[in-house]
Amino acid sequence: MFIGYFTERPYQDFESGWVGATGREIEDLGMTNGDYDPRIGAELYNRYLDEKVYAEEMGFDGLMLNEHHSTPFCMGGVMNVEAAILARITKRAKIVLLGNVLPIWEDPLWLAEELAEIDMISRGRLVTGWVRGTGRESVAHNSQAPFNWERFQEAHDFVVKAWSTPGPFRWEGEHYQYRYVNPWARPYQDPHPQIWIPGVMSRNTVKWCAEHRYPYVMLATEIEPTKKSFEYYDEVARENGYEASTEHHGYLFKVHVDETEELAEEAGRKYISGPANPFLEGNQGTVRSNLQNLPGLTSRTQLLPTVSTFAAAARGRQSDRDAALAEKEAETDKVDADAFGTYEEQVNKYSIITGTPKTVIPKIRHVLEELRPGNIFFWDGDGAMNHDDAMRSLRLFGEEVIPAVREMGKELDLKGAFEVNTGSGAAFPGD
Amino acid sequence: MTTQTEAHSQIAVEVAGLKVSALQDGTGPNIVVLHHSTGSPGWIPFYDQLAANHTVTVIDMPGYGQSERPGWARHPRDIAILLHSAIHKMGIDTDAHLLGLGFGGWVAAELASMHLHGLDSLILVGAAGVQPEEGEIADVIFYEFEEYVKLGFSSDEAYAEVFGDEAAPELKELWDFSREMTARLTWKPWMFNRQLPHLLSEVETPTLLLWGENDRVTPLSVAEVYNASLPNSTLQVLDGLGHLVELENPQAAADAVSSFIAGL
Repeated sequence: MFIGYFTERPYQDFESGWVGATGREIEDLGMTNGDYDPRIGAELYNRYLDEKVYAEEMGFDGLMLNEHHSTPFCMGGVMNVEAAILARITKRAKIVLLGNVLPIWEDPLWLAEELAEIDMISRGRLVTGWVRGTGRESVAHNSQAPFNWERFQEAHDFVVKAWSTPGPFRWEGEHYQYRYVNPWARPYQDPHPQIWIPGVMSRNTVKWCAEHRYPYVMLATEIEPTKKSFEYYDEVARENGYEASTEHHGYLFKVHVDETEELAEEAGRKYISGPANPFLEGNQGTVRSNLQNLPGLTSRTQLLPTVSTFAAAARGRQSDRDAALAEKEAETDKVDADAFGTYEEQVNKYSIITGTPKTVIPKIRHVLEELRPGNIFFWDGDGAMNHDDAMRSLRLFGEEVIPAVREMGKELDLKGAFEVNTGSGAAFPGD
Repeated sequence: MTTQTEAHSQIAVEVAGLKVSALQDGTGPNIVVLHHSTGSPGWIPFYDQLAANHTVTVIDMPGYGQSERPGWARHPRDIAILLHSAIHKMGIDTDAHLLGLGFGGWVAAELASMHLHGLDSLILVGAAGVQPEEGEIADVIFYEFEEYVKLGFSSDEAYAEVFGDEAAPELKELWDFSREMTARLTWKPWMFNRQLPHLLSEVETPTLLLWGENDRVTPLSVAEVYNASLPNSTLQVLDGLGHLVELENPQAAADAVSSFIAGL
């Protein structure tokens, strides 16, 4: 079993109210960075790096970073810089990037070089991971949304070739063109670092991932849909002539451990306070659906099913005003229902696990038994949690939770991607 | 191929291996209409007004509506080149007035820069395509798409008069479908072509620039750039109207077009 540690590294300003239940409006791409204080940024970057170092001391196998842009819920816009620092200041843990937003890179050769450098500095501890990004990322770096999936695939093929095929070679692709590919940096790992793909529900990403035999890491999704995605992965694997197993399945979930149940609940509630990822239910951020539904991000390639006629507009004009109002009221009710009790709901459905080691360990076991992932990440220290919250939890992870989870992993035979090669199915020598 | 839908003929030709479809009605000199970035909603009252003494052909531009997508197209000029052939194959390229609405106005301007023989006039209605010196062309990316369409009217009330408080699902589907094709054709820069003003300086075609006074999508400053670039253009501003003048006041828009054509 592979056990990693993750926090999204939110921008927290305890004085101005960029943290906690302050009622301050946090709207996706709706804030000015005129409010950004680089001195606070400096403290937070260093704090998060320190916590990662401590996580390694506490026995985590992997330190996971992620990347978002123009948003206070994740400071990892340039996570490769954080990864490069961790490569130098940690000794043993894998540095797991989940992941670089491939389609927004105008120059993926530069990415191939950066990742190769990180892999060398860490002496082969890099795990790369790539994502398509949300609409926010496409907007922030102005990447043409309808070509997102094409660019993802082409950039992947290109980077893997740049790592594994001796240059120079020429690349004349649909979206990327190079006349001279011959980076003077090659990955330490041969032929290249492991590639893990994080995601939520996108079927074509799961399919693509299974076709490439890459581990697929579900990001804090609920248990049933996660199971279904793993089942779909396994189905595609069989279509491609292999049996997927625990090493192909990864799961990130929120676990916080604390000294008392009271402290645990207090800290647990902070997951959904402040500038935590607004895409996760119960959080205080406001998502703008038009940014998530950029034109072409999900492609509609068929002709329209019918000839549209202006008559449809007339139907709109005649639409029953009462029906429209009733619908709006129903929406309002839904929002109100969501605004209450979501923390409890999330605790009840294992979306947030918080408690003392004694109460947390059986809940983790439940998740592992249900999903059987060989690669897991505990998501902690997020939202409004401060450094002390994070450090208490890390210590208890190290002292009690990780040893117990390792035993569970053995008992449930949950082998990770560093025990069994996901490409060949063979055990890694020495493991 | 010609089939009847309601009172209008649906015609289609093949260009570069793709079906290009159009609606047609009326008799007289040709008016060829290119639709907005939100697609063609079908036959609107504005077309009836024009069809009283013109043959009006409303083309679904390649990749929109019933016209097949050229997956390779990356710029409105690609669409203009395809339409150059389509208009010829449809037999509507003589005695022809080319009328472009919004984004379709950009495509029409690109087409005009190819010096079409037989193009009697160019009519750009709230056209995108050139960078304004002041302000910017509204960016659909930052709007819910129904809000974006609302922005095309001078007021929410004017929108509701045409589409109701909430647009019919078929229209929302049309808008959602169309904006994907638009995003394939323009992104960086958004909604304009830096080369176009230079190319337009050689276009002698008489041009009407028809703009709503309160256009919040392509502000009047866009019309000013067109007016400065085209050697033979006239700017006419319709009082109180927004971007979608042909929907907000079909009579006023059609009257402006008819008198311009009559005065040529």
